[in-house]
Amino acid sequence: MAQYPRPVQLFRNLNAKIAAIPMIVTAVVIFAGGTIWTVVYSFTNSKLLPRVKWVGLDQYERLWSTSRWLISIENLMIYGVCSLIFSLVIGFMLAALLDQKIRFENTFRSIFLFPFALSFIVTGLVWQWILNPDFGVQSVIRELGWESFSFDPLYNPNIVIYGILIAGLWQGTGLIMCLMLAGLRGIDEDVWKAARVDGIPVWKTYLFIIIPMMRPVFITTLVIIASGIVRVYDLVVAQTSGGPGIASEVPAKYVYDKMFLGQNLAQGFAGSTMMLLSVLIVLIPWAYLEFGGKKRV
Amino acid sequence: MESVSIRDVSLNFGAVRVLEKLNLDVMEGEFLVLLGPSGCGKSTLLNCIAGLLDVSDGQIIIKERNVTWQEPKDRGIGMVFQSYALYPQMTVEGNLSFGLKNQGMPRDQIRERIERAAKILQIEPLLARKPAQLSGGQRQRVAIGRALVRDVDVFLFDEPLSNLDAKLRSELRVEIKRLHQKLTNTMIYVTHDQIEALTLADRIAVMKGGVIQQLDEPHTIYNRPRNLFVAGFIGSPPMSFLDGEVMAKGNGFSFRLGEHEVPLAGYVAETELAPKQAAIFGVRPEHVEIHHEGDVPETALYPATVDLEEPMGADSLVWVSLGGHTLSARVDSSQRFRRGDKVRIGFNLSMASIFDQETEIRL
Amino acid sequence: MDPVRNRVDGGPSGPRPRRRFSRRNIFIYGTLFVVAVYYLLPLYVMIVTSLKGMPEIRLGNIFSPPVEITFEPWVKAWAEACTGLNCDGLSRGFWNSVRITVPSVFLSIAVASVNGYALANWRFRGADIFFTILIFGAFIPYQVMLYPIVIILREIGLYGTLWGLVLVHTIFGMPILTLLFRNYFTSLPEELFKAARVDGAGFWGIYFRIMLPMSLPIFVVAIILQVTGIWNDFLFGVIYTKPDLYPMTVQLNNIVNSVQGVKEYNVNMAATLLTGLVPLVIYFISGKLFVRGIAAGAVKG
Repeated sequence: MAQYPRPVQLFRNLNAKIAAIPMIVTAVVIFAGGTIWTVVYSFTNSKLLPRVKWVGLDQYERLWSTSRWLISIENLMIYGVCSLIFSLVIGFMLAALLDQKIRFENTFRSIFLFPFALSFIVTGLVWQWILNPDFGVQSVIRELGWESFSFDPLYNPNIVIYGILIAGLWQGTGLIMCLMLAGLRGIDEDVWKAARVDGIPVWKTYLFIIIPMMRPVFITTLVIIASGIVRVYDLVVAQTSGGPGIASEVPAKYVYDKMFLGQNLAQGFAGSTMMLLSVLIVLIPWAYLEFGGKKRV
Repeated sequence: MESVSIRDVSLNFGAVRVLEKLNLDVMEGEFLVLLGPSGCGKSTLLNCIAGLLDVSDGQIIIKERNVTWQEPKDRGIGMVFQSYALYPQMTVEGNLSFGLKNQGMPRDQIRERIERAAKILQIEPLLARKPAQLSGGQRQRVAIGRALVRDVDVFLFDEPLSNLDAKLRSELRVEIKRLHQKLTNTMIYVTHDQIEALTLADRIAVMKGGVIQQLDEPHTIYNRPRNLFVAGFIGSPPMSFLDGEVMAKGNGFSFRLGEHEVPLAGYVAETELAPKQAAIFGVRPEHVEIHHEGDVPETALYPATVDLEEPMGADSLVWVSLGGHTLSARVDSSQRFRRGDKVRIGFNLSMASIFDQETEIRL
Repeated sequence: MDPVRNRVDGGPSGPRPRRRFSRRNIFIYGTLFVVAVYYLLPLYVMIVTSLKGMPEIRLGNIFSPPVEITFEPWVKAWAEACTGLNCDGLSRGFWNSVRITVPSVFLSIAVASVNGYALANWRFRGADIFFTILIFGAFIPYQVMLYPIVIILREIGLYGTLWGLVLVHTIFGMPILTLLFRNYFTSLPEELFKAARVDGAGFWGIYFRIMLPMSLPIFVVAIILQVTGIWNDFLFGVIYTKPDLYPMTVQLNNIVNSVQGVKEYNVNMAATLLTGLVPLVIYFISGKLFVRGIAAGAVKG
């Protein structure tokens, strides 16, 4: 019934709408618009400046036949899988240990988390120093009498990515531990009491009761780790600059170099589009699971 | 004279209809309680009156002014919330003056208003305190004071007592009633607690599914519920309902309950009774008399068996079965009944209710 | 009657005995201790190296404490270390970072808190769509947005300037901070907001008079989050500023990874420590609030 028409909607809550303009502009122009722009221009042959000369999938063909990109992808896969597994396992175990009503919990937590406060640049440079074969771990162990000991990831192309992984884990596991600890603390105390009354061993309780209950925490953590992995850039730049040779290149660095140093914009766009694609592969199923199933009012 | 008029108000959230063409007139100086189970739309209606929610259709008129599109501050209403919603970082005085400052009232006038309200509510010594330093009762008074200083026509209460423990609740209930007698403002009060509704209200509007089921004085609501829902919702312990039918008997009617026939002499019918109607007989526990077998002559009453006795302090609730029906009776706790006892029960028909089984409306 | 008579003779009585050095405790504390050493080692190495002279570094191992403590590397890192032709040390980067961080933190929090407030309390039509895009933006790799932003900044004349970088930090801080503030404001009792509206306060009145004074803790969390995040940024600094405006992280990387000259590891470590000092100090001072900040970043809306 239109007997009592309502006031014009646009001017209701006008102040709120004005205040939201920065958010709307950011969301629409930068996030949505910028992403689409990059994807579109990845189909051109822009070099120094963006220009509209369509070349179809040429950039992608070239991308996937460049050995540097292939190494980058391989590195990202190794780094990604390892850091996912290790940070989840280590993070969860540390959280479980801290959750045993121990003394000095805050001290331990502070120690495990402090690297997270540091810049990737700082982390990369410290580990570059520790892993330095002439002065660092390798030389110290050789001095102890094990003359043939060899551990020089930063100078060995075959294992350089693991050297970066060590540094990455040092910086990142604290965060995962914190998220896991919050998840553990969120579980109803009565579950533990029930398991204890039923005589279920602690490790079984964790494995079959607690971890399944923490599924949402694990999924959220997974998404956070995954979106962080794809972005890995600063750490590599600081620790190895992609070397030795191109052995520790990663996609984010490839993209940056093509866009801002190599004057090959469209290559960079194509690379970043591939990065976007890999994130979406993780993100869309997650968003669907998280928000698609239940209608939220 | 009407103080607040709700005319044909509807509210939809998407496809969900929360209020349905609702009409309600609240008289000047009246204490009206909106009562209903959660989700019945009572709080929604109050928020619409306050202007915190826009109606989808219809009009809201306060003091003969159509305020349907007005901002809350321009409607001449004050509101007391469930949590009291005192601004935690401000003192009591700051809480009271916030609304007046927003109106741009001069300082000395604000002080005058606050002094007057503080005197009425007896919170003068508290003015410099923060809400966290106040007791539950004091918080309520400050919350009411916030409406009082603004000199509003209508006070709106949104379940102000439901967060409190039982003892404090009954104390504050009395305080609200006293305040209403002193101020004589129109008050609209939302609650799901029937005791609050029955004790406070001049009139009660019982709501369900966004519709007002019955609007009457508390006494009428309790004794002559207009439909099955109101009958079941009001009263604790609740009314017993027995299925049966209305049948003609001689020149009157009686109600058939299984093998028994209860003559309906004394029942105050809403409309003309008609025979052969599938109906529900409703009777409150206190309107059922119950005697041990042998204490009364056999012919007068109906034979039943005791299932359960629930002692409740001053009195007990006795559950009996009467030819396959279960009902409860309230007795003085000096009388004892045990499971399996043979008893005789009777009904106070002038206080009973009969409902049509199909329409659920009182006959 | 003697109460002891009621007990079973010789059976367990009173508190159950607990051994302080049970196998369980040794395992838990042992593991935690070893892991703690692993986490602290790099910090220790940094400090030790930065206090040694170069000859001592060449001879000894990196874990041994300095024989002769010298603060010269620190002085050199701060005031003399070279990047390219400039030899005025990290101090320039430090002050650049300060000049970048302060306005960025202020602007990003101001914008995001108002956003969060508008989203939480003034739900207007379409707000959810924009918010969803914003949150998705938090997960999208920055790389796809880098170049479009270069174009936009160039168009409005801010490319290569300090304010351009401030804008970039405000934009990329927006998803997480908006989420943080929205969740916080949603958790405040809605009745307070309603009461303020009945009292006649408007959008800004409620924000400044009611919401802001109640939200100081979350602002502190946001400040911690932003100061550490912006201070530690490398990518945006290197892309959107010019060399004389480079933030500390970029300058640090240029000093340490420069190919010219002899590597002075003690100066490098002193410079690294200097760069890490600001976030470390904030971390150890803020304690629980830092944890709350990163946890808030992780919880979903």
